[in-house]
Amino acid sequence: MRSLLNAGTRVICQGFTGRQGTFHCEQMIAYGTRLVAGVTPGKGGRMHLGRPVFDSVAEAVQETQAEASVIFVPPPFAAEAIIEAAEAGIRLIVCITEGIPVLDMIRVKAHLRGMNRPPVLIGPNCPGIITPGEAKIGIMPGHIHRPGCVGVVSRSGTLTYEAVAQLSAVGLGQSGCIGIGGDPIHGMDFIDALAGFEQDESTRGIVMIGEIGGSDEEKAAAYIRRQVSKPVVAFIAGATAPQGKRMGHAGAIISGGKGTAEAKFAALESAGVTVERNPTLLAHRMLELLES
Amino acid sequence: MNIHEYQAKSLLKQAGIAVPDGLAARNVDEAVEAAGRLGLPVVVKAQIHAGGRGKAGGVRMCRRLEEVSQAASDLLGHVLVTAQTGSEGKTVHLLYLERCQSIVRELYLSLLIDREAEAVALVASTDGGTDIEEVAKIHPERILTRPLFNGPSDVTPDLSDFLSLPALDVERLVEMLYQLFIDKDCSLIELNPLAVNDQGELVALDAKIVFDDNALFRHPELEAMRDPLEEDPREREAREFGLNYIALDGRIGCMVNGAGLAMATMDIIQLKGDRPANFLDVGGGVTEQAVAEAFRLLLGDTHVRSILVNIFGGIVRCDIIARGLLDAVKTHPMRVPVVMRLVGTNEQEGRQLVKQAGLDVRWAGNLDEAAEMAVAAAREGDPS
Repeated sequence: MRSLLNAGTRVICQGFTGRQGTFHCEQMIAYGTRLVAGVTPGKGGRMHLGRPVFDSVAEAVQETQAEASVIFVPPPFAAEAIIEAAEAGIRLIVCITEGIPVLDMIRVKAHLRGMNRPPVLIGPNCPGIITPGEAKIGIMPGHIHRPGCVGVVSRSGTLTYEAVAQLSAVGLGQSGCIGIGGDPIHGMDFIDALAGFEQDESTRGIVMIGEIGGSDEEKAAAYIRRQVSKPVVAFIAGATAPQGKRMGHAGAIISGGKGTAEAKFAALESAGVTVERNPTLLAHRMLELLES
Repeated sequence: MNIHEYQAKSLLKQAGIAVPDGLAARNVDEAVEAAGRLGLPVVVKAQIHAGGRGKAGGVRMCRRLEEVSQAASDLLGHVLVTAQTGSEGKTVHLLYLERCQSIVRELYLSLLIDREAEAVALVASTDGGTDIEEVAKIHPERILTRPLFNGPSDVTPDLSDFLSLPALDVERLVEMLYQLFIDKDCSLIELNPLAVNDQGELVALDAKIVFDDNALFRHPELEAMRDPLEEDPREREAREFGLNYIALDGRIGCMVNGAGLAMATMDIIQLKGDRPANFLDVGGGVTEQAVAEAFRLLLGDTHVRSILVNIFGGIVRCDIIARGLLDAVKTHPMRVPVVMRLVGTNEQEGRQLVKQAGLDVRWAGNLDEAAEMAVAAAREGDPS
């Protein structure tokens, strides 16, 4: 989605000099992302990967006019890192960190709600966002993407790569991919992403990948019914998941009979979404819809 | 992380919330002694990590010591099947005995994470002691739900009216519960029932507390409350290696990277007509040692008839998966067919390693084909 991320977007990384930050920033730079600086408290003034390191996001923004930040800060400090970025005027915050306490995220969301112009937060516990051919902010393997016409929004990481690889293989490519993350309390949701792809001129269709747990998919279904004119293909992971067990992602749990894959499939189907229960056929279904 | 009722009550007591006097017992003698110290009549309660114990016979009211001894020997070491345990039930290793209360009313009160409101929320009902999901279905008007954006003050005046309780009592109780919730990073505190006794006091008769796994790093004191007997031994072993493993009741073992892809792999196995034996996400930073452990888990599971390995390597390197398999088969022979789908980083190297070792692995080009092959492989062992 070019309105959120394009080749010109100036990006910084919080947790820049750590192992994860270093590895993925190298990959982002290689992909073409305009990574202008990094932030690691106490390491300001150094250079890393040929970019300046700052002690704070505020300094980095002042010196580089950065608009976006990717966060690889460990869980105990990640919530503060998000708030620091928001307060420094960053417009797009992508938090990769997995394992942030839920109460910390409640505090972050309350803080963002209280801001006059809150930034867009993607994640946490997500692969990030990519505009194929231009830039990526996150940990997804860049080489499986192709610039194209399908928007992808997903709660999962590797399952998204599966869908992306299919879309590249059938020649549709992607106009943008957003991983909104697997945590129960998170930033951007399906509705935000659907609204963005509906507006985005290069997007002709949308692939949506949900999971058991919560009611984001049901809310998305109601939104699609009213507001989305482009064709949507959806898959929900976890049809075989037992009740009461957390399936890897903190948010992927069926509790009290709520949040089942069946309920989500049904809500999406009744909203006119093309539901596909075989996760290997998502691109084929999209191709059928776009060719008809 | 779940804890037992007796542990939840000790936390409630520390937080200033009234609970009945109680003692834990691991055998019949301890139970009889505890009953003697508490004074009869007592309630003998099986301690398992599941609700619905009362209806399943796991909670016994005893008026005489012989009844205590009978209840303890009936329950200890035996399997209790409740509406929440699944058909296999849970073995009772521990009892909790409590002095009986004279109860006037039974209410429901809980604090939980409200995903939609993105806040801690309070749920209360005038119908306590029953399944709250059922109350919600039949009598939604008997339930009050309120997100606490600004803390307990968001709800206390209304709650006092709703439950017909003195404002001061409600205010104190909710404040203490909320503080406990925040202090210990809970994801649920449920008092069901919360009783009004004949003295007009509020007493938590049953209590359930769940902690946020993501926040355990800042509560090392809670680790001591973990009951290893409550966990599937394979799940515990896997966790020690940083693997996300959940045992299921099917016969196709799965090894996948990523939680979403792991669920999707389970789903496609079902779509192809068979059932997954487990959920297993090896995660992004997996080591050769952890992969080997994962293979040993799957190969050691006697229900497993075939294994499906589905790796879409971004961060995960395919050669690490291959090395882990080679390591595992040194101690656990490949007694069932293994179907591998390896895509991504160091894919060729991974395949080469397996081939050089002469392992009879079946290679699949994509996930759909892999699932079909794994299902077909599991059927090879079926009687014709």
